[in-house]
Amino acid sequence: MVKPILDFERHLFELEKKLEEEKDPKNKKKLKQALQKEKKKIYSNLSPWNIVQVARHPKRLSTIDYIERLFSSFIELCGDRFFGEDKAIVGGIGWLDGNKVIIIGHRKGKELKENLETNFGMAHPEGYRKAKRLVELGCKFNKPIITFIDTSGAYPGIGAEERGQAIAIAENLKFFFEAPIPIISVVVGEGGSGGALGIGVSDRILILEHAIYSVISPEGCAAILWKDQTQIEKAAYALHLTAKDLYKLGIADSVIKEPPGGCHNEPEKMAKNLKKALLFHLNELLLKKDKETLLKERFEKYRKIGMYLIQNSSK
Amino acid sequence: MNWFRKPKYTTLTVSPPQIKPPSNIWVKCDGCGELIYKNELENNFMVCIKCNFHFRLSAKERIKITLDKGSFKEDFTEIHPVDFLGFYDTKGYNERLIEASKNTGCSDAIVCGYGKIDKKPVAIGVMDFSFMGGSMGSVVGEKITLLVEKATESKIPLIIFSSSGGARIQEGMVSLIQMAKTSGAISYFKKNGGFYLSALTDPTTGGVAASFALLGDIIIAEPKALIGFAGPRVIEQTIRQHLPSGFQTSEFLLSHGIIDMVVERKNLKKTISSLLTFFS
Repeated sequence: MVKPILDFERHLFELEKKLEEEKDPKNKKKLKQALQKEKKKIYSNLSPWNIVQVARHPKRLSTIDYIERLFSSFIELCGDRFFGEDKAIVGGIGWLDGNKVIIIGHRKGKELKENLETNFGMAHPEGYRKAKRLVELGCKFNKPIITFIDTSGAYPGIGAEERGQAIAIAENLKFFFEAPIPIISVVVGEGGSGGALGIGVSDRILILEHAIYSVISPEGCAAILWKDQTQIEKAAYALHLTAKDLYKLGIADSVIKEPPGGCHNEPEKMAKNLKKALLFHLNELLLKKDKETLLKERFEKYRKIGMYLIQNSSK
Repeated sequence: MNWFRKPKYTTLTVSPPQIKPPSNIWVKCDGCGELIYKNELENNFMVCIKCNFHFRLSAKERIKITLDKGSFKEDFTEIHPVDFLGFYDTKGYNERLIEASKNTGCSDAIVCGYGKIDKKPVAIGVMDFSFMGGSMGSVVGEKITLLVEKATESKIPLIIFSSSGGARIQEGMVSLIQMAKTSGAISYFKKNGGFYLSALTDPTTGGVAASFALLGDIIIAEPKALIGFAGPRVIEQTIRQHLPSGFQTSEFLLSHGIIDMVVERKNLKKTISSLLTFFS
C-alpha cells in the first residue's frame, strides 16, 4: 500500500486500510471489488492537472525502475568524453529479451540526496552529448535505441548556458534524424519541453497513460500567459498535455495502459505492459531492413505534424 | 509645543513637464536613452549613432537592408495560423493572432522567400519578433521546412535570421514538435551539401535557439543580442542569484566557442556575401 500524497488518493487509502483490517474473507472480497471499482472510477476521470500530479508523483516509477525490470544484464556507460558525467541522464547497454539495445533516459532520484545528485532529472549539455555519443555507438554496431523520457526540462543555469545547452539539444535533434537504427522513445513521467525532446526524436513515441508531454510546464504557462501562478489548473487544461491529447494530436503513436491507481501501485504489472509494447514496436521496426526507408519514415512522421490553414490571401 | 515644529514653508516638487518626442521624427534609443533623429537612424541601418545599439528590425526592414533591391520574392503566403486547440488564457489565441497580424502586417512570425545578395541567389527566412514574440508554431515550422526543402531541391544557399522567444505556447505540443521537424529538414539539406548560414538577432532563445537557429554551418550574430536556451529570468529564479553582466549575449557565446562571429549590422551584407562566395 502506498501512502497517500495527492488529495484524490486519500479516499482510496482509507478503503485499502479497511480492506487490510477486514478479517472475514467474504467481506474482504467485496471490499476488494469496491476498491478496484473506485480506483478505476477516480483514475479514469482525472483532470489534466491531476494527471500532472500523478506524472510527478514522488513514488512514480522512473527510468531506473524500468531499466531494472525490463532489461537483463544492464551495463551503465558514462560520460560525454569531453567535459563530464551528467547523472541526470543515464545510459547503457542491455538485453530486451533477445534484443541487444542501447538505453538512454532521464534519471530522477527517489530521495532528496539522490535527487540532488541527479539534479532532479534536469540535464546539462554533457547529458545530451552523452546521449549523442551513445546513439553514435548504436549506429556503429547497429543496435536499436530505447529512450525513457522523464524530466521537467533541461537545466536552466549558468554552467548549462556557458557550455551550450541550446546547441547541445539542437545537435541531438538533428543527429537523431540521421541515425539509421530503430529508435523508440517512451514518455514515462514528465516530458518537459526541449529537455525531453533532446532525447525524444524517434520512430515511435510511446506514452504511459498518466504521463504528460508539454511545451512548457503548467506553472511556466500560468506565469507567462496569465501572469498569475494560481492558474496552473487552467494552464494544464489549455496545454493539452495528457497522453490522450497527444494521441489525438497524432504525436504519440501509442498509449500504454497503467494499472489502476497509477504505475507505482503495481510496478511489475506496469513493467510487463511496457515490455510487451516495446517488443511489439521494436520487432516491427527491425523488420524494416532498408535503412533509407527507416530514416525517411522517421522524418515523415515529424514532417506532417503541424496545423495551419491554406488560404490564398487576396490582400 | 507643536507650533514650533511647523515648517515655515512647504516645498512642492514639481515634476518637469513630460515632453513626448513626436514619434515620427525622434526616436529614443533603448541603449543610451538619447533622442535620435529618425531619418539618421534609418540611414544607419537602425543602429544608434551614439551608442551603437542595434534596434530590432521587422522582417520587412531586414529583407530591405540584406537583399539586393527588388530581388525578393515571398513564398508560402498561402499558409496561415489557426487556433486548433481553442487555446484561451486571458485572451483567445484567435484574438491574439488577429491583433498581431494587424500590428505587424504579417500573417505569422516569419517571412520566407528567395532573393539575391550581391547577385548571388539565396533562400531566405526572416523571423519577426513583433509578431507574438517571434514564437514558433505550426506556420513558422512549416514555412521553414518548405523553404529548406526548396533550397535543397534547387541547390541554393539558405539564410535564416532568427529572432524569437521560443515555441508558441498556444499551439501546445505541436509547436514543440516544430523544433524536431525543422531540424530534420536542416539535416537533409546539409547532408545534400547545402550551405546554411544562420544569423542570430536579438533575442534568440528557447525552442528556436535549441533547434534550427544553432544548426548553421556558419553561425553569426549581431552585437549584444540575447541568445540562450533558458530566458535570464527563469535562470535567476532557478539559481536565486543575479546573473553576471553580459551573460547570454552574442559576445558571451562567441567567447564560449558557440558561434563563429559577431558582426555589426552595417557589415552584415558584406560578410554574408563573402561567405556565400566562399561556400558556393
